[in-house]
Amino acid sequence: MSGPQADEVVLAASGLTKDFGGFRAVSSVELQVRRGTIHALIGPNGAGKTTCFNLLTKFLTPTAGTIRYNGRDITRMKPADVARLGLVRSFQISAVFPKLSVLENVRIALQRRKRGDSFDFWRSERVLRALDEEALALVEDVGLAAFARAPAVDLSYGRKRALEIATTLALEPDMLLLDEPMAGMGHEDIDRISALIRRASAGRTILMVEHNLSVVASLSDRITVLARGQVLAEGDYAAVSKDPRVIEAYIGAGHG
Amino acid sequence: MAAAHDATPIAAARPAAEGVDPKALHRRIMIGIVVLLALLPLGVYPIFLMKVLCFALFALAFNLLLGFGGLLSFGHAAYFGMAGYVSAYAAKAWGLTPELAIASGTLAATALGLAFGALAIRRQGIYFAMITLALAQMVYFFSLQARFTGGEDGIQGVPRGRLFGLIDLSDDRVLYAVVAVIFTAGMLLIYRVIHSPFGQVLKAIRENEPRAISLGYRVNRYKLAVFVLSATLAGVAGSTKAIVFQLASLTDVHWSMSGEVVLMTLVGGMGTVFGPIVGAFVMIAMESYLAPFGAWVTIIQGCVFVVCVLTFRDGIVGMLGRILRRPL
Repeated sequence: MSGPQADEVVLAASGLTKDFGGFRAVSSVELQVRRGTIHALIGPNGAGKTTCFNLLTKFLTPTAGTIRYNGRDITRMKPADVARLGLVRSFQISAVFPKLSVLENVRIALQRRKRGDSFDFWRSERVLRALDEEALALVEDVGLAAFARAPAVDLSYGRKRALEIATTLALEPDMLLLDEPMAGMGHEDIDRISALIRRASAGRTILMVEHNLSVVASLSDRITVLARGQVLAEGDYAAVSKDPRVIEAYIGAGHG
Repeated sequence: MAAAHDATPIAAARPAAEGVDPKALHRRIMIGIVVLLALLPLGVYPIFLMKVLCFALFALAFNLLLGFGGLLSFGHAAYFGMAGYVSAYAAKAWGLTPELAIASGTLAATALGLAFGALAIRRQGIYFAMITLALAQMVYFFSLQARFTGGEDGIQGVPRGRLFGLIDLSDDRVLYAVVAVIFTAGMLLIYRVIHSPFGQVLKAIRENEPRAISLGYRVNRYKLAVFVLSATLAGVAGSTKAIVFQLASLTDVHWSMSGEVVLMTLVGGMGTVFGPIVGAFVMIAMESYLAPFGAWVTIIQGCVFVVCVLTFRDGIVGMLGRILRRPL
């Protein structure tokens, strides 16, 4: 995270607001993610983390505000086009292509990066074998080599996560947006995926929404705390965890 | 149960899937189909066979959209029937040779598929199905009212003509050979589409559309492309049928035809390679051989469909594939 560009902002949201009917889920959120950092977005249930996340990845359109990625206004762009700019998201429910093999899962991402669009319906899929070697290397990298030919549906939850990360990395994105990467995982898997995320962060920027505070503490350089759709606090873990408003939001949430 | 398999290495967990390359098996089945196509006319009435082949191609085209694109169109009769009208009109009024008549009908289906597909793919699931149905109903009423379609009478007495202006098609056996070639070419093309880089993206979209989007695929363009391909091939089937039966009528643009192709595909096995062929054969055979029962045919077909869906949900071929542990 040090270097000449360390302070450069990659992703910036300003005045980000989203209304659902009369309910304001996200309200004037200001967020700046610096290049090369792991930035976490936390907050109690219903704080608007996932809505915020979906706005940043363009799966939702904001009611107001702007989003800039590498200085470019992406507020009105479509999600597929944002992905093509190198801003790639993951999903809370592990997002694999269940009937495709592990290798094919990764290859479909490589196919997009290397070939662009594939409208060539008259050509044999044998041309895709040229991508197999690179796909296999990515699969090995996340420790799934033994499962390369198995359908993704047969993998355990933790391994599906690992596959998802391999698939995402195949796009060589500049920035990863991870939606609760540890959701529903046991200790062993958490350690493994944490290590993967740390490795993936080399030369990249990561923004993640995460519930597991020990993961957030160990992985992230900077934390933004959301509560009731607004930014409550921002800083590193030590600062944020001492902030009385944050303690109030987490502990006092139940007492209204 | 999927997660439980995880601990064992794949080779142990799925022995059958790893055995023979499914594509080698598919190739053998396709060779078998071609041999069968050559032998069948020796024992079976060629008109019946040609009807089966036209509907089998129609069902294959439909299955490309439903089984591999994951899109349930409830208006495929529009492309099948309209192609039939254009093909019949081109052969009769313009005196085009049969291959040009079929090409005209196909082109009409492509254009219609492009226009309707562009509208329908904006919505998903049941709304997609409803839009395709509504648009197909518009085609039906157009066919009922328009002058060139002959309204209630349809276009009758369409000349079969001479293929390339040379080969006389009035002999059923000669025509059968032509239809068999068209069917085989259509089947091979669809097989290639499924197993192309494009087909791979289609499968990904069918499996998990948001994920495909997040990988940077503009999914609507792929959906439109497969919709147009499917409409085009349905058009080939409809155009050919009009030449074979020398008739284009309202039956082929009616919504019940859209329903029938759904039934054929489901009975045979949606998303399988060969299911629609079997489904088309079963449905047409029932219509032809149960004809003495009159209106009861529909009821019998309904019962067969209910039994199919209740006992083997993935269709005849889908079930066979599961027994053999190979994707067919």
